[in-house]
Amino acid sequence: MSWVTKTLSSTIGRKLIMALTGLFLILFLTGHVSGNLLLFKDDGGEAFNIYAKFMTTNPAVKLLSYLTYISIIGHVVFSIWLSRRNKAARPVGYGVSTPPSTTLSSRNMGILGTIILIFIVVHMQSFWAQMHWGDLPVVTYEGEQYKDLFSIVSFAFQNELMVIGYVVAMAFLAFHLSHGFASAFQTLGLNHAKYSPAIAVIGKIYCILVPILFASMPVYIYFTQS
Amino acid sequence: MKLTLKIWRQKNASDKGGFVTYPIDGISTDMSFLEMMDVLNEELAVKGDDPVHFDHDCREGICGMCSLYINGHPHGPKQTTTCQLHMRSFSDGDTITIEPWRAAAFPVVKDLVVDRGAFDRIIQAGGYVSVNTGGVPDANEIPIPKRIADEAFDSATCIGCGACVAACKNASAMLFTSAKISQLAMLPQGQVERMSRAEKMVAQMDAEGFGACTNTGACEAECPKGISLTNIARMNREYFSASVKSENV
Repeated sequence: MSWVTKTLSSTIGRKLIMALTGLFLILFLTGHVSGNLLLFKDDGGEAFNIYAKFMTTNPAVKLLSYLTYISIIGHVVFSIWLSRRNKAARPVGYGVSTPPSTTLSSRNMGILGTIILIFIVVHMQSFWAQMHWGDLPVVTYEGEQYKDLFSIVSFAFQNELMVIGYVVAMAFLAFHLSHGFASAFQTLGLNHAKYSPAIAVIGKIYCILVPILFASMPVYIYFTQS
Repeated sequence: MKLTLKIWRQKNASDKGGFVTYPIDGISTDMSFLEMMDVLNEELAVKGDDPVHFDHDCREGICGMCSLYINGHPHGPKQTTTCQLHMRSFSDGDTITIEPWRAAAFPVVKDLVVDRGAFDRIIQAGGYVSVNTGGVPDANEIPIPKRIADEAFDSATCIGCGACVAACKNASAMLFTSAKISQLAMLPQGQVERMSRAEKMVAQMDAEGFGACTNTGACEAECPKGISLTNIARMNREYFSASVKSENV
């Protein structure tokens, strides 16, 4: 084994991959939520459709999107690898186990992550796959043709079940981030009297703000488009 | 005090084991938890039963030998060692469940005794400073800032009892290993073997079959010596930097 594979397959190395992919996905979510705020623009989806075309054609964004796919897969694969080891580390459980003073989220990151993964698959099937290979209606703005992703989005969120599903999924995301954000920095070794309190505060704000913004999109479309 | 004890009994490492319930009476609130166990064992011995085996040594809270997972907490409800836990922490009529530490790396030897040799092997892998003995050095020959000395001492207060492993949902030994890496990484005497120490101790920790860290903080909350999670962050830094910089290809 080379020193790289030795390091990355150690328990700390696997955690390093979890932290780095997790932090990259946090950056991705920031970009994703910012761009999608265009859904709130009252222009029949013009700005959103132009943005969607940019996001699927720009070479720099393409590179970032591949990094995102790798991060999602890496985060999942390494979490399974870690979880299997962690389960094996305690083959016989306790008769009595009082939950200590730890958060529910921190003890259930795997379950939260699994629910989020299911959401991501459904979400990508609904919109990402449609944008790439679906038979989308075409709209023309200033002589240029664009795929009308907005019509697909606004149609999807006429459905109450879709809206409820998205809001619930974002609640799970909030809990996952409430532990994951600060935990990633701790794993990277960034535990410092000056910065850790700030990281904790930013993490708390982030884990509430971003999921709320995401969840407000289907709710907004449901009430304005139907 | 009158109590009901639910104790894990297991004849040997290969026995399946199970809980046995013992009623016990006449326990003083001033007794330590281990003295209460002594009373029970005397009663069992009189009856001709096999006494309950448990680890203990100094009974002063400094050796790290006592263990016991009491009512869902390593070392019981107080943040101290089992030997320093007193029966006044319980109420008359309570049912107390007593279990051994649970981890693949800490196999049960008998009843409540587990083999914590895995910790010894982690220390043997690099948790030491090699020194050439010679003349007695002058006091304060090597200046160490007070803050650093205090922090290194805080890490060094780890008594290696294994409560962190017992408390962790992943049975991870990272709090222990990180404290043992930290106490030497911060001091001048520990610099010579700093990189190889981090690499070897982490490798041994993994080889013993302990789980990984999920940063829940259960270990820190249950540690009788209050060892902090900052040690784990420091160990991660030490390990990453050793992996990148050391000559071990």
